[in-house]
Amino acid sequence: MSLLALQSDFRSWLTGASGDAGRRLAGACDAGLRVYQNNYRAQLVGCLEQTFPCLRAFVGPDAFLRAAVSHIDRRPPSAWTLDAYGERFGETLVALYPDNPDVHELAWIEWAMNTAFVAHDSLPLDAATLGAVEWDSARLLFAPSLRLAPLTTNAVDIWSALNEGREAPEARMLEQAGAMLVWRPALLVRIRVLDRATHEALSHARQHGRFDMLCALLVERLGEQAGVAEAGALLADWIGSEVVVGLAPGEDDHAS
Amino acid sequence: MPALPSPPRFSGFGLGLRREHYQDFLGTRVPVDFVEVISENFMIDGGQPRHILRQVRERHPVILHGVSMSIGSHDGLRPDYLRRLKALADEIEPLYVSDHLSWSRIGDFSSHDLLPLPYTLEALDTVCDNIDMAQEALGRSMLFENPSSYLGFEGDMSEWEFLAQMARRTGCGLLLDVNNVYVSAGNHGFDPHAFLDGIPAEHVRQIHLAGHSQGKELLIDTHDQPVTDGVWALYAYAVARLGPVATMIERDADIPPLAELLAELDMARGLALKEAA
Repeated sequence: MSLLALQSDFRSWLTGASGDAGRRLAGACDAGLRVYQNNYRAQLVGCLEQTFPCLRAFVGPDAFLRAAVSHIDRRPPSAWTLDAYGERFGETLVALYPDNPDVHELAWIEWAMNTAFVAHDSLPLDAATLGAVEWDSARLLFAPSLRLAPLTTNAVDIWSALNEGREAPEARMLEQAGAMLVWRPALLVRIRVLDRATHEALSHARQHGRFDMLCALLVERLGEQAGVAEAGALLADWIGSEVVVGLAPGEDDHAS
Repeated sequence: MPALPSPPRFSGFGLGLRREHYQDFLGTRVPVDFVEVISENFMIDGGQPRHILRQVRERHPVILHGVSMSIGSHDGLRPDYLRRLKALADEIEPLYVSDHLSWSRIGDFSSHDLLPLPYTLEALDTVCDNIDMAQEALGRSMLFENPSSYLGFEGDMSEWEFLAQMARRTGCGLLLDVNNVYVSAGNHGFDPHAFLDGIPAEHVRQIHLAGHSQGKELLIDTHDQPVTDGVWALYAYAVARLGPVATMIERDADIPPLAELLAELDMARGLALKEAA
């Protein structure tokens, strides 16, 4: 058997327990094959359990195991690192629990926190540089660890309780949808709930990357004076909390 | 390309650095000559793990031990993997960079397990080509470890003959896992002493010691137990033949307090000293 044929058969055995592939690989010695398949599946289940501990506590170990097994069957791992295996678990949860946004959002929180934990480092913005900024064209540089998603349930409260070892509150829809922001100032990952207006402002600022565009949005919403003041307050908060970690000259400045 | 220098010789005693012992290593002077880390845990963009590794590196030589290079893959190595590993190695300046004689990836499928290779001439060519590519990308010679296996295939040579030819053709060093020799010998019915007699001593740079478990039908390389008496005896045989070689205790599950692992390491020191006398 060629090396390519052997490795193809091994994949078929691990991902689908193909009897034909197993016979070609092992002949009568199937105890070894079972060890490899058990290792493969146990490692993936263990990875998901480690990545989503609060979700597991929330839905219960049996339901979590069923979801993990379903995910392993749907999405064999492909990344160079096992740590990436949870990336699309949320999609499996949406398929299995289409009417449970609390479950989807809880999974998003845990995945976002995992990836923010190992995202590129960033340093806080030096306040001394702010005086020289051309605000009309300045581009906002956001923390590489920043993750932002809509929030429709009390999933953040559920996560906070479970993460601290407390009993989780009953899941409920929020009266007004907002967003959840995950990022990592220095080495510790943080999470914050945003109201709808702040979510829109932050999304807009990330999309356009310019402070004057943020001002324009808020002026349109709140009027000239209040809009500019709100943009300034938001930016001060984002800089202070290391959501914004840099300001770069705009394209006009480069052209000059 | 000019031949890369052989991996340096180093004869100290070390431990695998695990999360449970981070504070011990950062807060106290742990009596080890080196630590070994799982490369993939630190092949990340940033954050606390890399920060901790930098601090540990200030105190101890570090070995980068990988589990996902998949040196036996028919379709070659992943450039993105090699780029990340090189960036880590360039920063940490490790004592050794190592991985396993196994494969885990075919096409876009990564099993994340150390799957066995057939010891055939075709597989030897593939492995050697991949080692050449990895060593060239990293700019350094690597070590490759004999894995535990639960399945054997028809081949052209024994595992130790394969390792010997691989090392001679590529210039790589060998990481001899004595527990894996014990486990594979038990599972496949070969003499572990023949394995140790057959590997080229001049290429061995490091030894792993670990525990295993008895499964229903096979020995399983679980790394969740102390080193067994049978493995200690085999280690004594190995160091008598190989001389001083960097040796470490590898524990990956049911991690005990650091003092227990240091006591096992003392046992390795004592055995090595006795065999050297």
